[in-house]
Amino acid sequence: MKNYQPFQLFLILLGALILLFIISPLLGMFLKTSPASLFETAKEAEVAGSIWLTIWTSMAATLVFALAAIPLSYLLARKSFPMKKLVTGIIDLPVVIPHSAAGIAILGFVSRDTVLGKMGSAVGLNFVGNPAGIAIAMAFVSIPYLINAARDGFAGVSERTEKAALTLGASPSRVFFTISLPLARRNIISGLILMFARGMSEFGAVIVVAYHPMITPVLIYERFGAFGLKYARPVSVLFILISLTLFIALRMLSPDNRIFTSGQKKKDQ
Amino acid sequence: MLELKNISVRAGDFSLREISFTVSKGDYFILLGESGAGKSMVLETIAGLVSPASGEIVINGKEVTGEKIQKRGIGLVFQDYAIFPHLTVSENISYSLHGRKLSHQEKKKKVLVIADQLNISGLLDRRPSSLSGGELQRVALARTLIQDPHVLLLDEPLASLDSRIKTELRSLLRKIHRQGQTILHVTHDYEEALSLGNRIAVIDNGAIVQSGTPEEVFRNPRSEFIAHFVGVRNFFPAKIIRENGSTKALVDSLSVNIFTQEKEASGFILIRGEDIILSNEQIDSSATNNFEGTICEITPTVKGVDVIIDAGIRFHALVTPGSVTHLELTEGKKIWLHFKATAVKFIPA
Repeated sequence: MKNYQPFQLFLILLGALILLFIISPLLGMFLKTSPASLFETAKEAEVAGSIWLTIWTSMAATLVFALAAIPLSYLLARKSFPMKKLVTGIIDLPVVIPHSAAGIAILGFVSRDTVLGKMGSAVGLNFVGNPAGIAIAMAFVSIPYLINAARDGFAGVSERTEKAALTLGASPSRVFFTISLPLARRNIISGLILMFARGMSEFGAVIVVAYHPMITPVLIYERFGAFGLKYARPVSVLFILISLTLFIALRMLSPDNRIFTSGQKKKDQ
Repeated sequence: MLELKNISVRAGDFSLREISFTVSKGDYFILLGESGAGKSMVLETIAGLVSPASGEIVINGKEVTGEKIQKRGIGLVFQDYAIFPHLTVSENISYSLHGRKLSHQEKKKKVLVIADQLNISGLLDRRPSSLSGGELQRVALARTLIQDPHVLLLDEPLASLDSRIKTELRSLLRKIHRQGQTILHVTHDYEEALSLGNRIAVIDNGAIVQSGTPEEVFRNPRSEFIAHFVGVRNFFPAKIIRENGSTKALVDSLSVNIFTQEKEASGFILIRGEDIILSNEQIDSSATNNFEGTICEITPTVKGVDVIIDAGIRFHALVTPGSVTHLELTEGKKIWLHFKATAVKFIPA
């Protein structure tokens, strides 16, 4: 048995308090929700539809935006360019601004009288009150998680390995797809899961852009406002359970178990 | 074959200045220099990974200074091997065959042939993480050689290997060279340079300070770096023979006692100048090499006084100015020189 110094015991005590702080409210909510009420809630079409909407809009936002975010991460990891720090700061902006404010900004960006809104209207798509608007709001607040994780992943890939591929006759695009991307995949997958999770849990930005159709965080808020804590609780528990199952499944399918640790350096050799 | 004409490269505080040398077809060319001298940058410039500020690179008569990396016909083996960790050995070796007009079977056959040559046939399905340093180096060589490069560039290929593996790989590199491969090899190890190279260029602080055959460079060092190995001036082509139960190195007609495990081999012997003791009379000591000779030249250097003695071959002894006075050393004087068999180092060629 390892002997702990008093200071280490003090640190462990502080850590335990923090864990308790996180676990207690969740545990309390779970304990106060009966399996019967959970089952009844799960049968409600509105709830099931809302959870499904939340999952697919966040998934779509993650996958669509990843197509441009991953190459941007590569640029940030590999290239030096003027005002790179400013670009990095801009990428982190969605994390630091209030999400309701972000929602207002997005609404101004996608509403019918804007360029994007007009382009959408031309093809019969109205972003406001539409899953496409929800996905945009989710992507706005969650994309920094993907970019930062992928950038760390690419930075951890040895440049020599990429140079070796170039000397073996590979074009820069082949080097990217066969060397850099596979070697950074753990961080990229970690970033994708974080972005997906963050998108699913978004409330502030989405409620401004699209109150309807209702994603689950909005539904929970509405039930709480209209019927009180007791009616909001089963939806919350159900949503948490489904989210957890989803993330554990993704975690098990991912090539590395530490998917929630962004920024880990990949061992290169 | 490969010609560098006044190549200059700037990278932060460091720069390569007016680098010029020629590697002829079939050469084993060594670029020798200390860490930070710019050796790797020369290789990366030739390969196209670094762009020169001025100068020209010519390969097989064609100027390739602005040519794409993949069009240069150069194979570069990095110091840390840069093996792709997510691919198997076989996938690593066949990486450069992508896009070539070869069938799957032809590609497979090429991989098997090169793997057989480099003695790694048993490793083809393995992951790089399970390989030793020597095995990784062989994989890196196979991956590069499968492209049939005009010139094989090697960046400190033996630097991080233990001595047994080093010896094996030196033999392998000699074999590859004998098969007609032109090689440009950079190293900081003068023994490696002597053991493998037929041409040597010495690079110091971003500039070539000397080039020529190993004999020319080591006998007449024109840089501090070479002079640092002043003992290397006692550097003679030799043949190891067994005579009356003892091992000797034959240098021309002179027979030098040597302590080595080698039997019947050709190469070079090295004796450090500071390991040679001078005396006016023959002395009885543990030194089994005792020769009488005539002093040809006495030259003060920063490391001591370099006394050149002709005893059938010309030895350089490094002594203090005090010893020069004490022994009354003058040019033309007869003198005895002594050194132990264990002070003679053999480098197989």
